[in-house]
Amino acid sequence: MEKSVTQIALFAALIAILGLIPKIDLISGVPITAQSLGVMLCGTVLGAKRGALAVVLFLVLVAAGLPLLSGGRGGLGVFASPSVGYLIGFPIAALVAGWVVQTWRTGVGLAAFAGAALGGVVVLNIIGVVGMSVMLGKSLPEAALLAAPFLLGDSIKAVLAGLITQSIAKMRPDALLSRG
Amino acid sequence: MLTLTYPRPIWAHGVPAGGKLAALALATIGLFALESAAELAIAALGAAGLTASGGRGFARAALRPLWILWPFVAIVAAWHIWLRDPAGAAIILRMVSAVALANFVTMTTRLTEMIGVIEWLLRPFARALPAPRIALAMALTIRFIPVMLLRADDLAQAWRARSPAAPRFRILPALTLAALDDATRVAEALRARGGVD
Repeated sequence: MEKSVTQIALFAALIAILGLIPKIDLISGVPITAQSLGVMLCGTVLGAKRGALAVVLFLVLVAAGLPLLSGGRGGLGVFASPSVGYLIGFPIAALVAGWVVQTWRTGVGLAAFAGAALGGVVVLNIIGVVGMSVMLGKSLPEAALLAAPFLLGDSIKAVLAGLITQSIAKMRPDALLSRG
Repeated sequence: MLTLTYPRPIWAHGVPAGGKLAALALATIGLFALESAAELAIAALGAAGLTASGGRGFARAALRPLWILWPFVAIVAAWHIWLRDPAGAAIILRMVSAVALANFVTMTTRLTEMIGVIEWLLRPFARALPAPRIALAMALTIRFIPVMLLRADDLAQAWRARSPAAPRFRILPALTLAALDDATRVAEALRARGGVD
């Protein structure tokens, strides 16, 4: 019990610092934040349930007024902005990523990449695009155009999530809860 | 850690947090019910007046987080000017007013009050999510953000001491592993002190 509380809390902190560290530019010249990588890792490392709870905890702290989103954003305003779909999609992305790693019994790295791609890229962008379409009064294809430039960065993050999860599985085989 | 609450109290800091959040919810629903640009312009003026009521320093601080909206404002404006469709004005006014009102509540409510409301909202789910456990998890997260930032900096410096290349994503596996290991150690420490119920 203690361990699930501390894991959820510390992975919520991990999402926050991945958004706060400006120094990690994942690929030089492409300014992408690592925040959604943190969301993917919550799912692929902690599993569906704990991963999603960690993301919810992170969002609760953002809503409560801590500037933890990338770029120092936070507070209730971000939940009224056009990117609200991505925030709603975050816990669902972690849930899907964790579910894939838990159910697809293939190599950890491959399963984590597939989970991160399905949850953190496909599902997250679908929910995000629906959110932008509602908030901006645009049709779904028009809103999808706004999301398109970020898909390359998102895919790179899914690959990184697979690699990081694989190295965690090697270093701490019993710590990978998604494969408990 | 710094929160987004405005440090010098204005009148709205004294209003109970639950009341402000309920009013914000109603106002946001209202904004989405309004259709015409004229009605939304009045709503936007109301939001601006509310922000201005905090004084000049408060208003300036309130404008800063609105800047995150400029790409959306620019895209919607360009799109609707190109189509010669006046509906764009209503969309922009609604978006800016909704975010400004939400920021006003965040800026005038202390973190402890906000967490108090969250705990009150979670009370019906107390059996699945006991309030002490949630409070502990929130406190742990807030405490560990600066700890993990320091660790990320240490890892980056250790990398730089050995390589001329920038560390980039190579420190991320170590950072994630550190979060897992810290979670195990903190859990053991908690259990040794009586555990969590």
